[in-house]
Order: sequence, then structure tokens, then C-alpha cells
Amino acid sequence: MARAVTPRRKTINTALAWAVGLIIFFPILWTILTSFKTEGDAIAYPPKFLFFDWTLENYAIVQERSDYMRYLWNSVVIAGGSTLLGVVIAVPAAWSMAFVPSKRTKDILMWMLSTKMLPAVGVLYPIYLMFIKLGLLDTRIGLVIVLMLINLPIIVWMLYTYFKEIPGEILEAARMDGATLKSEILYVLTPMAVPGIASTILLNVILAWNEAFWTLNLTAAKAGPLTAFIASYSSPEGLFYAKLSAASTMAIAPILIMGWFSQKQLVRGLTFGAVK
Amino acid sequence: MQLTIRTLLGATALCAAAGFAQAETLTIATVNNGDMIRMQGLTEDFTAKTGISVEWVTLEENVLRQRVTTDITTKGGQFDIMTIGMYETPIWGKNGWLVPLNDLSADYDVADLLPAMAGGLSYDGTLYAAPFYGESSMVMYRTDLMEKAGLTMPDAPTWDFIREAAAKMTDRANDVNGICLRGKAGWGEGGAFITAMSNSFGARWFDENWKPTFDSAAWHDTLTFFKGMMDESGPAGYATNGFNENLSLFQQGKCGMWIDATVAASFVTNPKDSTVADHVGFALAPDKGLGKRSNWLWAWALAIPAGSSKVDAAKQFIEWATSKSYIELVASKEGWANVPPGARTSLYENPEYQKVPFAKMTLDSILSADPLHPTVDPVPYVGVQFAAIPEFAGIATDVSQEFAAAYAGQQTVDEALAKAQKLTADAMEAAGY
Repeated sequence: MARAVTPRRKTINTALAWAVGLIIFFPILWTILTSFKTEGDAIAYPPKFLFFDWTLENYAIVQERSDYMRYLWNSVVIAGGSTLLGVVIAVPAAWSMAFVPSKRTKDILMWMLSTKMLPAVGVLYPIYLMFIKLGLLDTRIGLVIVLMLINLPIIVWMLYTYFKEIPGEILEAARMDGATLKSEILYVLTPMAVPGIASTILLNVILAWNEAFWTLNLTAAKAGPLTAFIASYSSPEGLFYAKLSAASTMAIAPILIMGWFSQKQLVRGLTFGAVK
Repeated sequence: MQLTIRTLLGATALCAAAGFAQAETLTIATVNNGDMIRMQGLTEDFTAKTGISVEWVTLEENVLRQRVTTDITTKGGQFDIMTIGMYETPIWGKNGWLVPLNDLSADYDVADLLPAMAGGLSYDGTLYAAPFYGESSMVMYRTDLMEKAGLTMPDAPTWDFIREAAAKMTDRANDVNGICLRGKAGWGEGGAFITAMSNSFGARWFDENWKPTFDSAAWHDTLTFFKGMMDESGPAGYATNGFNENLSLFQQGKCGMWIDATVAASFVTNPKDSTVADHVGFALAPDKGLGKRSNWLWAWALAIPAGSSKVDAAKQFIEWATSKSYIELVASKEGWANVPPGARTSLYENPEYQKVPFAKMTLDSILSADPLHPTVDPVPYVGVQFAAIPEFAGIATDVSQEFAAAYAGQQTVDEALAKAQKLTADAMEAAGY
């Protein structure tokens, strides 16, 4: 039986949820506000919250200095490409682990996850040398491959978890009706797992979009995504916080908007199977 | 007819050559600071003169250091020109990783480079990187607060004067700290400051046999003096303050004195960003009467990685960017206060530049730093605020973390020095010294 929630409790819970939400969102809000300040106002103490001379000067400077659209396009290709490639590889892998597990499946899953525990810098030199040999340095395809590989364990794990919630009998029935393996995965399993696949894609696009180790270390002038764009405005010798904030706002805006519009699917997917 | 064919062939060859020249593009890795960004904005001048295009990769200093180090050690070939500092240049030059710049044109006038800069960017007498701009460190102080304290800042103060002045200028009720200095961990942050300061106290990183000397009285005096003065007159949380934090404090009028990079002079005297722009004076970094001052020496310089396929074009760019005419170009567009300082002698002989308020003190500071003889007692290394050996950056970062913990009161000065001694000795032994 569901627990009764009093109006007072509901109000408190709502206020608490808003407070937590605002605390989490505050750094982003502050970055956005700072992007509209002068450099002097950006470092003012006590900090100026809303009452300052609003200016678009930082955006104009950033726009003039950097080719934002090139960085944005690189981010879209790298984040989108690595995620889609990862899903194409992970769906069959997760299917086999969920529906035809072997006695080593659990070990393989754990091993895959353990690769995420290695600090990335530990393999920087081997990967860099391989990229030199293969001519992949400063290319979008190179980053698509690397980001796909580093996010693959997460994609497989997420899809595996969603697939486990789908009754195997349905797939069995499809096979009884003569469905091939391809048809079974494409026309039976995938439609049922759409919320899970959608949230996996969204989460991995966000992870790939924000990835800042490989995207900085394997790019130069051509394939750098928005992480490289932000890094070009950070300086330990000079106060350029307002310009840095403008660059950051421009870099996070697309993913923020995407997250805003797809939050329903994201939450639905992440809580998929949580309540039986 | 034959003439026509020859003419056509010649014209085709010329077009091809022109097309080739047009197509040549240099990729340059650089840091994000005012002078470098200004240079990016002026590269059209270089392209117009040579037909060579330029692509920039601008990164934060530490990211850049990691990025170019990875590329040069693996011969990745991603960059035709790298912006590197005085620390890397002699090490990379020694390793044969850089193209020697010993054949620059006569117009370039290598002899005009400030000797301290050229010396710090050379290995075994060969120049491996051309200085784009150079810096030392000096005292920047509030003339109004100094006057209020009833003191007069000498051109060459001692540490005892600085401490006394800091105490008198401190006004906690009005949030004014007598002195702001770097305490932040990191070899290029607090590590650089305390190393330069220790030189004036007679300390050194290593003796002639590469043995660390943190167990010496000179190091104990340095750290005790620094912590004592900062606890008395420094801002709260100074153990985590670096260049930017102190710049912010000074520009908001919360510091009586600030000892830091000479390039900061243009920031603190810029009325657009600084609330105290009209009340800033300059003096040499302090000493302890032992013959060495506590100022450092640094240059951001342009170098060509060995094995580059565009050495000639890269040299053309370096000659353009570090030339006298480039300085004049910047002066004509942005004024003399914004030209890259600290690289050429002729700049300081220019009557127009001499009118810039911080020009003389910057030059005097640079000239008083000697990377070949940085300390009171002899040392086996080159470098004022660093020792130009590959192991230094890692060791100095660890040491500066121990020092920062002492500034924050998490351990005593003696404990920090003992740990610094041990970790440095262990690292040097492991490195085979």
C-alpha cells in the first residue's frame, strides 16, 4: 500500500528538491552569469550576482578569436560517432551476455569494467605511438575509435542491465515463429529496450562530449572538439575568467539544451526496471 | 614557338611554386596569455609577407607542456613550432630534440637579444629557442598605502624592510593585506617563488654533488621568514594563492605589496581592470644582503622540433615573431605598453618605451638575474627558480606541496623540510645522480 503523503510533507519535499537542484545547477548558472560580466566584475569581491553591467563583449571576443563552429562540429561528430559505433557493437554483446550467458559472462563483465579503473595517462604513450603509426593523430576518426573503446564497457553494462529485464520467453517465442538472430535483435529486442538504449545513447553522448584527456592529447589544429576550445581560454597567468566563462557557456550550451529536452527519456531509461 | 612553350612552362612552374608557397601551413602550439593572443591576431601580417598560413593550437600552460612533451618525445610531428620555456629548452636542446637556431638572418640581429635570455635558451652555446617575451619578478606596491605607512620604498629593498612595511600596511579591518605572495603548490607557482626567494637567503636546491640541501640553515631561514611574514601580513588562505589569485587581490586594492612576474605590471596599471592603477610603484625584488636578489628569470620562446619537415618556413615565422619589426608592429597597433617585453636590448633603448612606467624596473630585474650563477654558493645546475634537469618538475611539485602544507599549518616548517630532503634525495638517487 502506498504511503500517504501530507500536503505539508509534499511542500517540504518539493522545496528540498528545488534546493538540491539549484545547488547542483549553481556552478553552471555562475559560469553563465560571469560570461556576461567584464573581467573586473568577474573577480569582484563581494561577488556581483545580478547587478552588474551586462555585456556581450566576451562572446564577441571569443567569436572573433576562435572558429567555434569547427570545434562544435568536431564535438558532434566525435561524441555522436563514438556513441553510435559503441551501441552497434554493444547491442549484440549485451544480448549474448543477457540471454545466452556462459559461465565466464560475469567475469568478462567485471573485466570490462576493470579497464575503466586504469588511469588514462598510463596508456597515453602506447596509444600515441599507435596513432602516429596509423596516421590517426589529430583526426576525428581516431577520436571516435578511442572514445568508443573507453565508453564501451559502460554501454555494454547499461544495455546488459536493461536486456536482463526483458523476459527471455518473448525472444524464445520469436524464434519459435522463425525469427533469425538478426530479426530477433532488430525487431523484437530493440523495440522493447528503446528507453534503455535511448538513455544509454544520451549518457554516452554526454560522457564523450565532456571527455577532456584524449581529446586534448590526441588533437592539434584540426580535430579538436569543444574541450580544446575551452582549454584555449584557460590561463594561469592572467585573469580571463569572463572570457573563459563565455567559452564554457558556448561549449556546454548544446549538450545542456539536448539534456533539457531529453530529460524525460533519460530519467525513464535510468530508472527502467528499478521498480517491479 | 619554342619561346612560347618555354614561357608557358616557366609560368606554370611559377604558378605551381606560388601555389605550393600558398599551401604551406605551419601549426604552432602556444600558451594562452595576452602577448601570445596578440600575436595570433597579427599573423595576417606574416601571411601577407610570406604566403605561409598559420594554424594555432592554444592551450593552458600545464596542458601545453604535457601535450608538446608527448609529441616531441614520440616524434609525433604534430607541431612545426612549439612555445616552450627556459626550463625545457636546455634539456631538449641537449637531447637533440630541437633544431638549432644558429643560422638566423643578419637582419634578425641575434646579438640584440638580452644576454640573460639568450643564455637561458641555449645549450652548450647554441641557441635552441628564440625569446618571444621575457620576464623576471619584482615588487609591485601601493604608493598611497606606503605613504600612509610613513615609509619610502627603496629601489632595491631588503627582505627585512619588506616585512616591516608589510606589517605597517596591513589593515585587517579594511581587508588590506600588507603583502601577497604565491603559496600555491606547483613547481611553476609557489615552488618558483620560494626557490627564487631562497637564492637570496643563501640556500640552493643541490650542492655541487647533486645532494639536496633542505637540511641547511639557509632553507630553514627562508621558510620560517616566509611563513612568519605571511602569517602576520598575508591574506587568509595564502597557501592556495597563485599568480591569478594574487593579481585579483591586488587589482581590488587588497594587497599593499605583491612580488611576482614583471608581466603583471601591465595588468595592475591598466585602469580598465585594476582599481588601483594610479597608485602602483615598482622596485627590485628584495635581498638579504648576500649578493643575490630573489627575482627569477623566465622566457616564453619559440622552438622548432627536430625532424620537422617545415624548418625553413618555421624559421621564417620565428624571425618574424621575435624581430624588432614585430615589436614596432604591436606598438603601432596597440601602444608601447603592450609590446612583448624582456627579449631585446633595443627595446629598452627606445625613448618611446622608456616612457612606460615599468620598463626600467623590468629591465633592471631581468639584468640582475643570472641563470648560470643563480645562488650564493656554487651549484651544478642552470636556472634561477628551477634546476634545468628533467627530474626537477616532478620533484619540485612534491616539495612545494610539502611547503604549502606547512604554510597552511598542517605541519611544521621543520617537518616540511625533512620530508622535502628525503623525497628529493630518494628521487635523485633513483634517477642515478
